Amino acid sequence: MMLDDTDRRIINSLQDGFPICSHPYAAFGKTIGLSEEELLDRLARMKAEGIITRFGPFLDAAAMGGAFCLCAMEIPEAEFEAYCKTVNAFEEVAHNYKRTHRLNMWFVLATETEAGIVETAQAIEAATGLTVYQFPKLREFFVGFRVAA
Amino acid sequence: MSLAPEDRRLIAACQSGLPLVRAPYAALAKDLDTTEADVMQRMEALTSRGVIRRIGIAPNHYKLGMTANGMSVWDVEDAAAEELGPLVGAMDAVTHCYIRPRALPVWRYNLFAMVHGSSRDEVEEKRGRIAELLGEACRASDILYSTEILKKTGLRLRKKGA
Repeated sequence: MMLDDTDRRIINSLQDGFPICSHPYAAFGKTIGLSEEELLDRLARMKAEGIITRFGPFLDAAAMGGAFCLCAMEIPEAEFEAYCKTVNAFEEVAHNYKRTHRLNMWFVLATETEAGIVETAQAIEAATGLTVYQFPKLREFFVGFRVAA
Repeated sequence: MSLAPEDRRLIAACQSGLPLVRAPYAALAKDLDTTEADVMQRMEALTSRGVIRRIGIAPNHYKLGMTANGMSVWDVEDAAAEELGPLVGAMDAVTHCYIRPRALPVWRYNLFAMVHGSSRDEVEEKRGRIAELLGEACRASDILYSTEILKKTGLRLRKKGA
């Protein structure tokens, strides 16, 4: 996988602000000195290579009436895999990371309603016999998500 | 906030991504049996309502060499966290910053800041800068590195009724 300067320019400039118009690739390409065709080709290539995880609209779960909650569990290390399978089987578990701490499993619950968070957390507790600690965001300090390539 | 059935269908149609064709909104309109103008107007409205947060790419951190990511966590007195949170969130080193409840006695931290870098050294250096900014207000801190992605699916809107 090789990124050239043009790829980097695309990644750095296209993290938001993609236009809503009939020919948005042509319009956006113009702002960074690329033809419509070249921008489309490069986006398709970077998507195929997995450099771009996703391209399109990113949604605010809360604005849709849905809910998100960061949760953590203390999973016995010896049986980590089995517990992991049980937790991941819940489709409300959207991301799940193993992390270096006594609370060694951290995941995000995504549900359509606020009540769905508590219900799912309780269902996971029932299925595992372990506590699900809930860390809902009380405040968010968001200044735009940018990753420099 | 409620969504019209047409908005839900539109969101569901572009959840896996915007079509990579010259006229992507017309392509969506064709799938949804509506007009390009209708799709564009709905996208605009959803954006101004904040349902669509941004339209763009999500780069893969790992493929870009940002292989180290740490969730830095801080125990900061509540009022100070409200004051200092925006400053931590504004740092270049920080991609997301939140105040969350504590879960005593297991978990004493209330300020969370995600830090990405090309190495753990770089992440630790950035963590040091956060510590400097928080100064005396910080009573304790830790950093949790992810050692494995156990599951990664984006937020999915289920296609069931509106």
